[in-house]
Amino acid sequence: MKVPALVAERTSEATSNSASNPTEQRTTAVLASVTNASKSFGNTTALSGINLDIHAGEALGLLGPNGAGKSTLISLLAGLRRADSGRVELFGRNPLDPKARLQLGTTPQATSVPQTLKLRETVDFVAAHYPDPVPTAELLADFGLSKMAEKQCGALSGGQQRRLLVALALVGRPRLVVLDEPTTGLDVDARETLWQRLEEYRRGGGTLLITSHYLEEIQALASRVVVIDRGTVIADGSVDEIRSHVAISKVSFKSQLPASFFESFPQAVSAATSAKGITTVVTQDADATVRQLVREGVEFTGLEVHAASLEEAFLALTRHSSEAATETAKDSA
Amino acid sequence: MTTLAHRNPAPPTQAALLKAHTKAQVLEQLRIPVAVISSTVFPTLALLFFVIPQEMVTSNPITALTAIAQLALFGVMSSFLFNYGIGIAEERANPWNSYLRTLPAGPVPSTIARALTAMMFAFFALIPVLILGGLMTSAPEAFTNGELSWSRIPLSVVVWLFCGLPFLALGLFIGYLCTSKVAIAVTQVVFFPMAFAGGMMLPPIMFPDWLNTFSLFLPSRAARDIAVQVLSGQGMHASSVLCLVAWTLVLGGLALWANRRDQGRRFR
Repeated sequence: MKVPALVAERTSEATSNSASNPTEQRTTAVLASVTNASKSFGNTTALSGINLDIHAGEALGLLGPNGAGKSTLISLLAGLRRADSGRVELFGRNPLDPKARLQLGTTPQATSVPQTLKLRETVDFVAAHYPDPVPTAELLADFGLSKMAEKQCGALSGGQQRRLLVALALVGRPRLVVLDEPTTGLDVDARETLWQRLEEYRRGGGTLLITSHYLEEIQALASRVVVIDRGTVIADGSVDEIRSHVAISKVSFKSQLPASFFESFPQAVSAATSAKGITTVVTQDADATVRQLVREGVEFTGLEVHAASLEEAFLALTRHSSEAATETAKDSA
Repeated sequence: MTTLAHRNPAPPTQAALLKAHTKAQVLEQLRIPVAVISSTVFPTLALLFFVIPQEMVTSNPITALTAIAQLALFGVMSSFLFNYGIGIAEERANPWNSYLRTLPAGPVPSTIARALTAMMFAFFALIPVLILGGLMTSAPEAFTNGELSWSRIPLSVVVWLFCGLPFLALGLFIGYLCTSKVAIAVTQVVFFPMAFAGGMMLPPIMFPDWLNTFSLFLPSRAARDIAVQVLSGQGMHASSVLCLVAWTLVLGGLALWANRRDQGRRFR
């Protein structure tokens, strides 16, 4: 079986999981893998022949528009659904086998704690599923929930419920934690606290798979980003790689001309004018855009050029999904 | 803090998982007093209002025992149908349930835990029926005069709970097929005619022939006859056990089918 080998390798990789070095991580053990998996619901294809390996020690951010197949992919890995075709493995087993999930930690997507159970009872209940759980009191203290231990879960605020759910994902000392939108609806403070907890978990050698609408969150937590769209992986790399992959930049300046004028520039992806009158052109070639500005004799002031945020890269990727897919294929060849 | 597992101890046993699931479900139920009270006092109230005032029934130990057994089974049936049917339907709509399915436990501990919880609350419903029946009818005479053995009482409680099995399966079937609002309606529509035609409200002796014949094919009637037999020593038909087992198998099969269908359809 694969499992003993994984355990032996873990000590060596735990030190090498720095966020800046995804290629090194790819050499570590595979904790979970999805091979050519497809899943349809009626006429809707959620996943079409998707491939993904999750390596020990990495923090993988899963990005994609709504309906791209993120939740379906996670439900396959968490043993909630069976793939129509292809292979899904978790710690060398089928995720539908409860034994495969002994080292997996998950949270539900919505705040859905059992209303009438007390916090302590809820944690005890989940902890009872694992061989060596974190003691309930310790876990609640780590997440700042000690004072609430004897309260019913229904009495918690949204932020406290969310903290409880992430705490539950960690109670079994999992080697892989899957978080589907962990901080949706949280205020900035609560989000920061959760990020800290997840960072600590990572420093301890843990592996993270996270989906989020907050690209900032992916940028903060993930060492590797996988973008999926229409049920397949369209890009896979470090945060920096994903950004450079699409070579997206923002050129901003003040001008009297409407934003639509700049959209017709070659290489331009989009253009918009802010309320303050600053026009921002998202472009695949900042140099060419600036040259064009000068060549057209456009009156502009306050020119700035920035690397695009992950969000902008992501939008460009999904917009040019088909082109990106061929590019990925070319890269991996 | 929450570090990875260092040791590799054995995973929890099925018994430990069963205990954890049962505890959580019992606690959840107990904290909703309305649900507990309504399911436990209903058979007792029925006994108090419909049986106790009838001198004819209460003065004869055997007819009194028959009435007690009927209402006891009525309590078991309502607890199983409502606890399961509506409980499962509500649970399916709750994302917490999806989360529980990602924990390292198969479907067995939670399913059995639910059956145990339903049995526990059904048991609570039986106690006041037995006490009231013992105090306010002539039923105890059947035991004090040596006609029946005292051991029939604890035996009856166990048999009554097992007689509820087909209704437990029916509850599962409804719960997996319907949304919670529909499940409440369907359960009520199924429950009362089934209880009445099964002879749990009026003894089947008072049925017209056609209803009696029809009734003999119902699981509620078979369960009622067995329940009455085990307490009072009479009332069972040759077909009762066969009928109950057949219904348990059929409804169990339907529940399993509905469960599979539900797993296949569900997605978000």
